[in-house]
Amino acid sequence: MNILVTASQALVGLFVDDGSLAVAILVIVLVSGILSILMPDMPLVAGAMLLIGCLAVLFANVMKAAQE
Amino acid sequence: MIWTTAAPAVTTAFVSSLVEAVEALTIVLAVASVRGWRPAALGALAGLALLLLIVVALGPLLSRVPLHALQLVIGVLLLLFGMRWLRKAILRAGGVIALHDEGIAFATETEELRDQARQQETRLDWLAGLASFKAVVLEGLEVVFIVIAVGAGRGLVGPASLGALAACLVVAAFGFVIHRPLERVPENTLKFAVGVMLSAFGVFWTGEGLGVPWPGEDLAIVAIAALFLLIALAAVALTRPRVGAFP
Repeated sequence: MNILVTASQALVGLFVDDGSLAVAILVIVLVSGILSILMPDMPLVAGAMLLIGCLAVLFANVMKAAQE
Repeated sequence: MIWTTAAPAVTTAFVSSLVEAVEALTIVLAVASVRGWRPAALGALAGLALLLLIVVALGPLLSRVPLHALQLVIGVLLLLFGMRWLRKAILRAGGVIALHDEGIAFATETEELRDQARQQETRLDWLAGLASFKAVVLEGLEVVFIVIAVGAGRGLVGPASLGALAACLVVAAFGFVIHRPLERVPENTLKFAVGVMLSAFGVFWTGEGLGVPWPGEDLAIVAIAALFLLIALAAVALTRPRVGAFP
């Protein structure tokens, strides 16, 4: 039983370490998804949002962690 | 098979598996040094068998999922996984958090097992085997995820598995020969590179899942990786003086 709990925690830990980074990534994906639905003729806008958003989120998160 | 997709997928699977295999080997060697090779090897083999079972069970399920949905789900998971690795690697490279030290990990695991030996000698082989099993399963799960994630979107699970298997065999061979943790592996540099690649795959697959026609098709992965590398290096450069300014 103990090993199952450890394994479950490790499984979640694979994807979520800093909660704010995980939430920010999901928000970027959600916004990109909405853009791809609202602008089906311009799918690259959603791609640009996804790429630039992820880069910005990573940079901001690291800078914040360094200050703390 | 498109080499522009296959090469990054196989390389990413190989390098990331190298990192995980080194971490698992450290624990297996600690178990072997305290209780001998029998419980260490049995635990490791049981762990490998469980991982194989997971792969065999998951494989057929993946082929039933529609491609766009698969790309989207795997892309998002890769973003979470890859950017988590990259964030930690940047913070380590910038000196914000301590580097992972296999020597310390080996000493800690050895000491824990010796403590257990003093308390409960009779159960120790079982506990030692369990420690070996846990290390292989937990580190191996990351390898399995990476192989599926970088391979499933383009039917490259086979080549990615071979890359991962090659890395595990290389590490196991070194471990068998030197009987010590591989302390000289530039682990953070490897994690930095893998974090960049996994994040790039994550953006690419998520975009594909959303119907984004990336310019240059598969070559876009390389361009996206270059952008992640640029931002990550800039963050490392900017983090270093900040650490000094905020001791």
